[in-house]
Amino acid sequence: MSATAKPIANTRSVTGIPTARLITWWVIASEIVIFGGLLAAYLMHRLGHPEWAASASHTNTWAGAFNTFVLLTSSLCAVLAHKAADALDGPRAARLLRLTALGGVIFLTVKGFEWTTDIREGFVISSGGFWSYYYTLAGLHGLHVLAGAVIMLIVASDAAKNRELQRVECIGLYWHFVDIVWIFLFPLLYIAR
Amino acid sequence: MTTESHVHHPNYVKIWAILVALLIVSVLGSLSSIRGVILVAAFGVAIVKAYLVAKNFMHVTVEKRWVPYLLVVMIAFVVILFAGVAPDVMRHDGLHWSNDAAKQTVETGMKAAPKQ
Repeated sequence: MSATAKPIANTRSVTGIPTARLITWWVIASEIVIFGGLLAAYLMHRLGHPEWAASASHTNTWAGAFNTFVLLTSSLCAVLAHKAADALDGPRAARLLRLTALGGVIFLTVKGFEWTTDIREGFVISSGGFWSYYYTLAGLHGLHVLAGAVIMLIVASDAAKNRELQRVECIGLYWHFVDIVWIFLFPLLYIAR
Repeated sequence: MTTESHVHHPNYVKIWAILVALLIVSVLGSLSSIRGVILVAAFGVAIVKAYLVAKNFMHVTVEKRWVPYLLVVMIAFVVILFAGVAPDVMRHDGLHWSNDAAKQTVETGMKAAPKQ
């Protein structure tokens, strides 16, 4: 492929939506079922097991709230990057995407400290039903944050050179979805006791 | 190059400030001893926050109509899953059945849990 040729996903728009964005929506649709299924399973077990409240009281609400703040702020950076890309300002979009990725790194760092504390206190994935869901849900979400941050940095490196700016919106959509998942995980794992 | 913009960009910082204010409400609500207040502060606020992110940051409402349809169908699948399975999981006995293991787990757990 020559340097100026564009992949078909970025140019074709049969449905009225550029194919790259279309694919992103399909990814998000499939993620709704993945996270939704897990959240539904957690919710029904949580409602059927009032004794899990004692386990839930060990989670650190302040750490969860801080991480919510971090993800909300990183979502702001992602949407501002989209705005910059629309204005064809690739370098600004790249800077904002890197800030978004930094938010992901801060989120994972806080999660790492939190999990270290939990494990030191003896709460591991096999400590009970609540902890199984806690580590599975937060772990799967954490993997999505990690993947999003890595892809964000790759998109940013192109955007800095004013290339493939349409990708900025796509990775932003994914990131906002990851943010929404956390918006629901926070009350389920940290507040409901 | 980029595709032509399909969205009007609102004041994102203002929306972010509203989201942070809602986060503070949910954390303060969690400090309450009234169960109803905790639930509304936690889940009511979460739904509002998710809506604000989907509408303003993801621009779902200005996408082609079938995108929100697609998302709603996926959410409906999750609701069907919940409705189909939850009665068996949330209840530990029924007309002709009893889940003794679950009952025992709840009983043991409640005995071991510190009194609130």
